[in-house]
Amino acid sequence: MESVHAIELRHITKRFGKVVANDSIDLTLDRGEILSLLGENGSGKTTLMNMLSGIYFPDEGEILVGGKPVSIRSPKDAFDHGIGMIHQHFKLVNVFTAAENIALGLPGSGRLDRKAIAAKVREISDRYGFGIDPNKKVYDMSVSEKQTVEIVKVLYRGADILILDEPTAVLTPQETDRLFRILRTMREDGKAIVIITHKLHEVMALSDKVAVLRKGKYIGTVKTSETSPQALTDMMVGHSVTLNIDRPLPVDPTPRLEVQGLTCLDAEGVKKLDGVSFTAMGGEILGIAGIAGSGQRELLEAIAGLYPVAEGSILYSPDGKPPVNLVGKPPMEIKKAGVAMAFVPEDRLGMGLVGGMGMTGNMMLRSWRKGKGVFVNRKDPNALALEVKERLEVVTPSVEFPVRRLSGGNVQKVLVGREIASSPTVLMSAYAVRGLDINTSYTIYNLMTEQKMKGVAVIYVGEDLDVLLELCDRILVLCGGQVSGVVDARSVTKEEVGLLMTRVGGGKEDAIHE
Amino acid sequence: MNEQKTPLIRLAKRDSMEPWKVWCIRGSSFLAAILLGGLIFLLMGNNPIAAYGTIISGSLGKNTAIRQTVKLAIPLLGTALAIAPCFKMRFWNIGAEGQITAGALAASYFALFWYDKMPPLLLLTVMCVSGAIAGGLWALIPAFFKAKWNTNETLFTLMMNYIIIGIVKWLQGGPWEGRPGSQIIPMFDSAAVLPKVFGVHCGWIIVLVMTVLMYIYMRYSKQGYEIAVIGESENTARYAGMNVGRIIMRTMFLSGGICGIVGFIVASGANGTLYDGVAAGVGFTAITVAWLAQLNPFAMIGISGLLAVLEKGADTLQTRMAVPASISDIITGIFLFCMLGCEFFINYQMIFRGKHKEVA
Repeated sequence: MESVHAIELRHITKRFGKVVANDSIDLTLDRGEILSLLGENGSGKTTLMNMLSGIYFPDEGEILVGGKPVSIRSPKDAFDHGIGMIHQHFKLVNVFTAAENIALGLPGSGRLDRKAIAAKVREISDRYGFGIDPNKKVYDMSVSEKQTVEIVKVLYRGADILILDEPTAVLTPQETDRLFRILRTMREDGKAIVIITHKLHEVMALSDKVAVLRKGKYIGTVKTSETSPQALTDMMVGHSVTLNIDRPLPVDPTPRLEVQGLTCLDAEGVKKLDGVSFTAMGGEILGIAGIAGSGQRELLEAIAGLYPVAEGSILYSPDGKPPVNLVGKPPMEIKKAGVAMAFVPEDRLGMGLVGGMGMTGNMMLRSWRKGKGVFVNRKDPNALALEVKERLEVVTPSVEFPVRRLSGGNVQKVLVGREIASSPTVLMSAYAVRGLDINTSYTIYNLMTEQKMKGVAVIYVGEDLDVLLELCDRILVLCGGQVSGVVDARSVTKEEVGLLMTRVGGGKEDAIHE
Repeated sequence: MNEQKTPLIRLAKRDSMEPWKVWCIRGSSFLAAILLGGLIFLLMGNNPIAAYGTIISGSLGKNTAIRQTVKLAIPLLGTALAIAPCFKMRFWNIGAEGQITAGALAASYFALFWYDKMPPLLLLTVMCVSGAIAGGLWALIPAFFKAKWNTNETLFTLMMNYIIIGIVKWLQGGPWEGRPGSQIIPMFDSAAVLPKVFGVHCGWIIVLVMTVLMYIYMRYSKQGYEIAVIGESENTARYAGMNVGRIIMRTMFLSGGICGIVGFIVASGANGTLYDGVAAGVGFTAITVAWLAQLNPFAMIGISGLLAVLEKGADTLQTRMAVPASISDIITGIFLFCMLGCEFFINYQMIFRGKHKEVA
C-alpha cells in the first residue's frame, strides 16, 4: 500500500508540569525519505523523538507505525517496532569491541557467538559503506567511528526507522559529509530517517522534507526543494530575522594576552596542550576552532588559572601597566585583573553556575567576597540579576527561581550576562551558544561584538564553523592540543579550517579522543 | 487497543505546587502514619486510641513528662543543627556520634579534675569550649583527609565513631574509673553540672540560641553561601575562587564543634557523668531530623520535638500497657517512613491509566 506511512503521529501532547513540551503534534514520515526536524531550542524536538524511542510516554495522542496504532513504553518496544534512535551522547562501553557493543543487551542464548555477530556487523557495514572493524575497541575509536558504531547498533537490531539527534555536532566537515553519504545510501535502501539539527545548511543539503516545530507546536512540513534557509528561519522563529552577523573591523587592536609555549598535562600525564602560542588582541574576536576535546577547554581553564600549567607563560598586559605572567596565580586574582571566562560545559550547569540557586545567587558568585563583615551583600547582585534579566530577556518567573529549572538558552544568558557585567578586558567564552536557538544565539553574538568594540579581547570557542567564520576576526585552530594554524576569518574557507582541524594525524590521534 | 497497553501508573515530575497543597500532602501522610500505627496496635491486641493517648499523656501529660521529653529533644536538635551545614555541602558527616563523645570527653576531663580549681561559671565555660574544640578536632581529621586526598568521608567519619567510643570505654575501666572494679566514671561535682531553668538543664537555651545563629549563618553569611555553592558544584566553587579544601575543613570543624557542645550538654546537663553510650545514637537519629527538616534549622525544632514525643511516649507505653519495646520502634519507623515518603508525592505525580482520556 502506497498510502501507509512509516510513522504517523496524531495529536501527540506531552507536558512536564505546567510546561507543554509538545502540543498536539501531527507528523508523518515515509520510507525512503530523510526528514529534518527543525526548531529553536526548547521547541520540543527531542521530546517528540524521545516519545518515539520509548523514553517518554505521550500524555495524549496516538502513534502509528506502518499504519497500526502502537504503544511504545520502553526503548525495547521501540526496537520491536523497528525504531532506533542515535542519541547525542554515545552509549557505548569503552573497553568492549564494536561487535560486543552492538550485541550488548540483545536476547539470545547465554553463549556469545562473536564470529556470527562480527560477520553480521561486517555485512551491514559493507552494505552502507560504514567501514568499521567489528573487533576494534571503542576506546581506540574517533568520535565519528563511535557514532558509526551507534548507527550500526541500531541497524543490527533491525531498525528501519532511524532518528539521529544532532549527529553532526561533534563531527568535522569531512566527517559530516561522510555521514551524509551513509544516510543517503540508507535512504536508497528504503529506510526512514529523521535528523534533528540546528544547522540550516545541513537541512538544505541532506533532507527531502523539513518539519518545523516552534514552542512545542507543529508549524508545518515543507519540501526542501521548495524552500530556502531564510524561509525556514522565518517558520522557526515566527518572524523574520537577518542571518548576517554584523562584523565591524577591529578598532586599534592592541596585544592583551600573549600565550607562549603553553603545555599542560592532565592527571594521567597525557599532554592536553602542547606548546600553544598565540596573541589575543583587545578589540578583536579571536575564534578557536577544533574538534571537541582538542584542548579548547584546557586552554581556557589554564588562562583562568583553573588548570595546572606544566610549561610556558601567559603574559597579560593591562592598560598602562607592564605585562604580568598569569601562570601560577590563583583564579580569583586573575579574575580581578580583568580576565573573565564564560564556559558553557556539556551539562551547562557544571561550571560557573549553581543550579539550585536563583539568578541573584548566581550573580553573587562574582561578588560574594566583596565588602567587609561576615554577611553577604544580596542587594547589588539582586540589582544586577534584574538588569541581566531585562537586558538579555531572560525568561524566568523571578530572579530567585532556581536556574536549573530554566531552559538551556536562559541558563546561558545568565552565565554570559554575568561575565559581561563584570566589564572584563579579556572575555573568554566557550560554546556560549551551545544548543541555543537562532534568536538567542544572535543576542549573544551581538554581545560579543559589542564587547569587542569596547576594546575587550574576546576569545570565542565555537562549534559551528559557519558562525566562527562570520563572527570572528581571526581563527586559531587547535588539533590534538597543538595549534595547527591561525587564519584570517574574513578570507579563509570552511574547508580550509576543516582540514586544519584534522591536520595533526598519526601518533597524535590519541590526544583527539577526549 | 492502544489504550490498554499504556502503563498502569506513570510518574511525572511536578513543576511546582502551591504551599497549601504541599501541607495537605504532609498532613495526610501524618494521618496515614497514625492509621498504620493504629493498625499495629490493633494487631497486638491493644486499643489504638488508648495507646496513642498514652503516648501523648506519657510525653506531654505532666510537667515531669514534658521535662523528660524536652531533655530528649535537646541533643537531637543540637546535633541536627551541627550536621546541617555539612549536608548542605554534600559532605556526609555521619560521625556526629563520635564528635559528641569527643566533646563530652573533653568536658568531662575538666569536670573531673578541675572542678575545685576554678569558679563554677568559668568551669562550665571551659568545659563548653573544650568540648567544642575536641569535637571540632575530631571532625577535622576526616575533613583534612578529604580535602588533601579526597578520601571517602562517609566511611571515615563512621569509623572515627568507634575509635572515640573505644577510648571512653578504656577510660571508664582504667584511668578515670571511680570505685575500683565498677567500670564507671564517678558523677561530676555539682559545680560541673549545668544549672536548671524551668526544671530542665539550661542546654535547651543553648540549642535554641544555636538554632537562630545557624539559620542566620546558613542564610546570610558569606561562609553559608560558600557552603551552598560547594554543595551544588565543586567546580563552580573553584571557578568562583573558593578554596574548597579549606572550606570543607572549616565547615567540618564547625559541625564537630557544635556536636562537641552537644556532648558537653549531655554529659554535664543530662547524665552528670561520662560513659561510652553518651551519644546514645543521637548522631544517627539527628541525620533523619536534619533531612526531614530539609536542613531548615527552625523546622528542626518541630521535628526533633516530635521524635522526642514518640520516644518518650513509647517508653511510657512500655511500662503502662506492657507493649514490647520493639513495637515503639516500629511506630517510630512508620512515622519516619510516611514523613519521608510524602516528599515523593510532593515532587512527583502519578498518572493512572486512562485518566488522560477524560482530559482530552
